[in-house]
Amino acid sequence: MENPEVFVSKRVMRLTVNGRMHEFAASDAALLLDVLRETLALTGTKQGCDGGECGACTVLVDGRPRLACSTLAVQVEGRSVETIEGQARQGRLTPLQQAFHDKLGAQCGYCTPGMVMASEALLRANPDPSADEIKAALAGNLCRCTGYVKIIESVQAAAAAARGAR
Amino acid sequence: MKPRMTRPGGIGVRTPLIDGIDKVTGRARYTADIAAPGALVGRILRSPHAHARILAIDTSAAEALPGVAAVCTGEETPVPFGVLPIAENEYPLAREKVRYRGDPVAAVAAVDEATAERALALIRVEYEPLPAYMTAKAAMKAGAVAIHDDKPDNVLREVHAEFGDSAAGFAAADLVREQTFTFAEVNHAHMELNATLAEYDMERDGVTLHTTTQVPYYVHLKVAACLQIQESQVRVIKPFLGGGFGARTECLHFEIIAALLARKARGTVRLLQTREETFIAHRGRPWTLVKMKIGLKRDGRITALALEATQAGGAYAGYGIITILYTGALMHGIYDIPAIKHDARRVYTNTPPCGAQRGHGTVDTRAAFEALLTDMAAELGLDAVAVRQQNLLAQIPYRTAYAQNVLSYGLPECLEKVKAASGWSERKGRMPPGRGLGLGCSHFVSGTSTPKHWTGEPHATVQLRLDFDGGVTLLTGAADIGQGSSTMAAQCAAEVLDTALSRIRVISSDSAVTPKDNGSYSSRVTFMVGRASVAAAQELKVLLVKAAAGRLKAAPEDIEVRDEVFFVRDGPQAGLSWIETVRAAMVDCGAVTVKGTYTCPIEFQGDKKIRGSAIGATMGFCYAAQVVEASVDELTGRVTAHKVWVAADVGRALNPLAVEGQTQGGVWMGLGQALSEATEYDDGRMMHGNLLDYRVPTIVESPDIEVFIVESIDPNGPFGAKEASEGMLAGILPALREAVQEAAGVTCNSFPIGPGQVVELLDKKGAAR
Repeated sequence: MENPEVFVSKRVMRLTVNGRMHEFAASDAALLLDVLRETLALTGTKQGCDGGECGACTVLVDGRPRLACSTLAVQVEGRSVETIEGQARQGRLTPLQQAFHDKLGAQCGYCTPGMVMASEALLRANPDPSADEIKAALAGNLCRCTGYVKIIESVQAAAAAARGAR
Repeated sequence: MKPRMTRPGGIGVRTPLIDGIDKVTGRARYTADIAAPGALVGRILRSPHAHARILAIDTSAAEALPGVAAVCTGEETPVPFGVLPIAENEYPLAREKVRYRGDPVAAVAAVDEATAERALALIRVEYEPLPAYMTAKAAMKAGAVAIHDDKPDNVLREVHAEFGDSAAGFAAADLVREQTFTFAEVNHAHMELNATLAEYDMERDGVTLHTTTQVPYYVHLKVAACLQIQESQVRVIKPFLGGGFGARTECLHFEIIAALLARKARGTVRLLQTREETFIAHRGRPWTLVKMKIGLKRDGRITALALEATQAGGAYAGYGIITILYTGALMHGIYDIPAIKHDARRVYTNTPPCGAQRGHGTVDTRAAFEALLTDMAAELGLDAVAVRQQNLLAQIPYRTAYAQNVLSYGLPECLEKVKAASGWSERKGRMPPGRGLGLGCSHFVSGTSTPKHWTGEPHATVQLRLDFDGGVTLLTGAADIGQGSSTMAAQCAAEVLDTALSRIRVISSDSAVTPKDNGSYSSRVTFMVGRASVAAAQELKVLLVKAAAGRLKAAPEDIEVRDEVFFVRDGPQAGLSWIETVRAAMVDCGAVTVKGTYTCPIEFQGDKKIRGSAIGATMGFCYAAQVVEASVDELTGRVTAHKVWVAADVGRALNPLAVEGQTQGGVWMGLGQALSEATEYDDGRMMHGNLLDYRVPTIVESPDIEVFIVESIDPNGPFGAKEASEGMLAGILPALREAVQEAAGVTCNSFPIGPGQVVELLDKKGAAR
């Protein structure tokens, strides 16, 4: 087998992911999702569709939710990206992770990283959301297992736990 | 054995999934997440025609392209596959003919995505297009070209069965009505895309697969068969799986193609499927036409039922023969009906193959029956709850005319629960304008008692391994697909052993390590694997008790276990700790492995004299009743479900938290079918191949679903448990239809009940006024 005829040229990029600076080579056309999953081996961020349909790849960019499948890595160069892997610190789950676990907000778990990240963005902006506010914040995140009931309960439980901890 | 019901992680106690932390932290590895540095990229070339003869394939240019490691065509796949040994008619790569748009024709493995795509573009295929049939009606029309040579009329299977005397039943009825219903084809839309990682095994000239399957065993069998190698040359591992709902209960083409490419390239091939390709692989619930006829006495007693079902099954047999039998098999076992007539046909069409989807084959006919029963009750001035109470099974145990045994039956209590919770008696018929209530009942098997592959083996096998560290490793082939089967198996073993749940580690679904399991389909796992887990734990407990008895100088029958302490009943001496007991048990014999199995007794496997009765034969049924409150926007025709009250009889709820989650998910999946989900093919072209056009309800459109657990302890289930994830699905369809009738005064006989249909019916109603 010979080498392929075409090589896509790459350049060096820097990205802060989960508080750590990463330097890597990527093409200008590289999607953030592929850089996270393939270059940085952060496979917690999932792909569930062919682009922008399901929300499974939701990450935070400067604290705001964003679809990694519809974002070029070059667009977020120099900015702060957070993924599911950066949530639990020193062996402790975040209130959202704990609640999704305790309340069965995750069944198969495939939509869970995106759900947790979108919920995280919500709770940072609105620590005490109503059910309708939770629904609005998660409207772009599909789940096929739970019927969403326990996802809403999980977010509410996490909000309550965070309020209790403050 | 009676569980304590209070121990953390024990039976009957709300218990988070044992793999839940992996899921919420992103550590859980699904097939596409598995590291495979240097893996080749696999791609599939698919047919652009819905029906065509393949005249020639030229792969020479693709093979010559630098960076291409392997190109495969149907020439290399002479062995057909299919989930039923009696109907294997699909090839991993098409031979001679393509039968749906998307049928795989060739595949490549290359060093990167761009090269693989270029290689696909270089493959020349010459087709001779044939007439293609998107509907059952078109495929059955006289003179239609046969999609498969052995079925010139394009009918895969016809079913004609009668139990009791239906003609006499209808003659004795005070009211007989017949109604035709149509149900759109739907898809599972599991969130994880289909994927396989296939590695060539140089040692054995075989392959190792990580793949997105609910039944690793079927993948194992079919990969070996299609690659024409021994089963011992294949290893199949199911990593974390992002849902299945029946889509993955068959070996699918992409799994075999990945294996073919890996073997030919003598390397590792990662074959990731897009969402569109995942829709193409399909195996969803077929489009179904149901003609339902019921006879009722004036008091609501059913005298007879006759149904005709026609399914458009897609291009290959798949599960079709079973699916079509299921349209009648579960007309039995929920109500006491003296005569049942069942006529059905499964038709080939030039669309992606249908398969098993949650509630396999039973959902559409159940929905049609419940809908017509409610309409007829109203005609007689009877309440929807009352008419069902009138037809409950008279006494338990009950044996149906289809040879099914009902030993536990919580439907009466389910009806009472949802009636009370929804305020049915006070509110039904008195809802504010634009709002309505509706009711539906349904049931499903706790596993099919007859395995598809007759081997004479037990129906489930679980091994427990105990070693010096005091840890118990539970080995099972049962595929955890998100439903929590690993947690269930661990809970069963921990309950018997009286250990902490965390002491049990589950290793599942790796053919090199775990015992074979028949797989996660037909809601069989809790019943069968649960029983096998209990049996294995009992074996292990005997060994531990014997060892403790020796050390404590007492008779084994005087030893008790409580919270990991083995002690002499009523004795004065201190007990032995778990680890002391384990070490005593290992003296002279070393690490311990025990096995437990379960086989459904023969009297639960149907009656050989009744054709087809192996389908729908089960150890017991899960029953459910539900009420939905919905509203209709008269301008847009949009239907909104606001609240569902569902009661499910699951036998013993081994894990009430998981039962609630499964029940909500089941109802909600039915709600999608009732409200918005439908596939669409325009001249064979898939119009729904993404999650925007295929309308799965979002969180905004989804109602609160309140679950009431009813526990009719089943005498055979593990701790009395039955299935808890399929039986509640179908009832939401007729319930929503009835709520729409009350809210808007229109009767929808085709599903989904989308805004277009509702507006049309509202306009008709307006014009008639």
